[in-house]
Amino acid sequence: MKALSQRRRHPFAGVALLLLGLLITGGLYAAATTINEAQASSTEDYSSADVDEGERLFVANCATCHGINAEGTDNGPSLVGVGAASVDFQVGTGRMPMQMHGPQAQKKPPQFNDEQTMQLAAYVASLGAGPAVPDDEYLDVDQGDPARGGELFRINCAMCHNAAAAGGALTEGKFAPSLHGVEERHIYEAMTTGPQNMPVFSDANIPPEDKQDIIAFLKTYESQGTPGGFSLGSLGPVSEGLFLWTGGIAVIIASMVWLTSRSS
Amino acid sequence: MGEHGHGDPNEPGAVIRAGEGDPGRYAIADPGLPPHRPRLADEDPQVAKRSERQVFVLFLLSIIGTITVFVAYFAIELTEDLQMLRLQNTLLGVGVALSMLGIGLGVVHWAKTLMPDHELVEARKPLRKESERQEAEKIVGDVLEESGIKRRPLIRNTLIGAVLLAPLPGIVMFRDLDQSDDFGVERMRHSLWDEGVRLVRDPTGTPIRAADMTVGSSMHVVPENLRDVPGHGDRLTEKAKAVVLLMRMNPDDIETVSEGREDWTYDGIIACSKVCTHVGCPVALYERHTHHLLCPCHQSTFDAANEFKVIFGPAGRPLPQLPISVDDEGYLVAQSDFTEPVGPTYWERGEK
Repeated sequence: MKALSQRRRHPFAGVALLLLGLLITGGLYAAATTINEAQASSTEDYSSADVDEGERLFVANCATCHGINAEGTDNGPSLVGVGAASVDFQVGTGRMPMQMHGPQAQKKPPQFNDEQTMQLAAYVASLGAGPAVPDDEYLDVDQGDPARGGELFRINCAMCHNAAAAGGALTEGKFAPSLHGVEERHIYEAMTTGPQNMPVFSDANIPPEDKQDIIAFLKTYESQGTPGGFSLGSLGPVSEGLFLWTGGIAVIIASMVWLTSRSS
Repeated sequence: MGEHGHGDPNEPGAVIRAGEGDPGRYAIADPGLPPHRPRLADEDPQVAKRSERQVFVLFLLSIIGTITVFVAYFAIELTEDLQMLRLQNTLLGVGVALSMLGIGLGVVHWAKTLMPDHELVEARKPLRKESERQEAEKIVGDVLEESGIKRRPLIRNTLIGAVLLAPLPGIVMFRDLDQSDDFGVERMRHSLWDEGVRLVRDPTGTPIRAADMTVGSSMHVVPENLRDVPGHGDRLTEKAKAVVLLMRMNPDDIETVSEGREDWTYDGIIACSKVCTHVGCPVALYERHTHHLLCPCHQSTFDAANEFKVIFGPAGRPLPQLPISVDDEGYLVAQSDFTEPVGPTYWERGEK
């Protein structure tokens, strides 16, 4: 400090000060713009304003069940360490805030806009380290390998979500939802966070590139559709059996009536 | 009419029959056959002509359907995307349906409208006549008498012996289709898991560190030595016995640990056979908060927190648990094979 004060009258002091000032403002500006970009491309960094705004939203909308400090109550789990990805999935798909208590939270139109969702995610991410909202590079399905993704899907996901990703029943009213029409980001976040009773498929189990392959498979399947005519929801024996029991037996009865009736 | 051949018409009873008692009060008069009514096509040649045309059109539709099948099969070029395949499948289905239905509907319509419609009455026959029964009895008696089977016990007994012995070579040959000493029961008793065999991911085959398993994770696991099994078929057989589901739950959530199983888990990481003990479907529908494992075939539900106890459904036994630990390099390994045979119960399973 002494050296600094001695040289404050140095001829270059003004220039140095100017340079320092420019560097700071430039640096701040660059940081601010990257933060703004980060909101768009969804990486880890959130501004403290976002966190504060997120906390206000949280206290007003979520604290009844999750506790005033997100520590959890009897009605809702603690959110410390669940990460931004969890919030982005639950709030972004409309599952949270939950409409009513039941076996599991249902998908519905999102109750918060993208910015509010981001702010809530920023607040929850500030409570403890957890999975972040995925980078866009892993959400580009054109870069994934759908065939490999299909194999991974059949081993890790198909037992609950159905081989055609049409969803299926679980125990006591819970179910694995259909994956058709789900955003790439939300599929990724569901794998990393394990919403509700879904197991977690962390990056150590399924690396980001493999997750990208799985998403590529799902999107390819979705865009191709089924080659075999009526899929009846791809639900297997449930819908096919129902169709045959109603439609098929009706056709058989109708043809019997026709066969045995007298011609006019 | 009314002759049913069984039941004595004179037996006592409260049932009122036609012709008895007061027919006016109880019995419904036999309405007889409705009068023969000629069809429109029998009287009006125009209608007959129209029916003929309808049958012709149906047969023609069948021919068109068959041609459609050929066109769809040979003329449609399949491309990378599924559009053309979908079109081909649809046309094949519609074509086959038309060709079959056209013939069937046409023939029936022809028979109903144009072929003669004589109405014939065939009276119900009596079920049994005493004279016929006696005749049949006599035939059997004659055969027995003439064959001499009663009078010649020597050949009768050798015949019985020959018939009894004849199938035995079949039993021996079918039994030897299985070369093992014990019908392969021992093979069902053991899987590839053994002391120190690493747990690896299916399908990538990479080993798993305990730290890779976050709480709430589940992984689909095979033994590392599976890739050393020669032959695709044998590998599948071994895989079918050795598939394991690996889960990590909060160690405090594990409720039941019976004696001798204290060190079977590693810091909340728990492994079980994926083969249902009911009829062998893969049980892998894991709910991480309830710790329920659901079998998709018959809804047997197992509780991972209570040593995979059956809590719902037809399964008779808990899923076998695989004792695991961690090797020097930090990878998850099995402590031993499953301590009981995996999969459904079988007679020779026993309690070894």
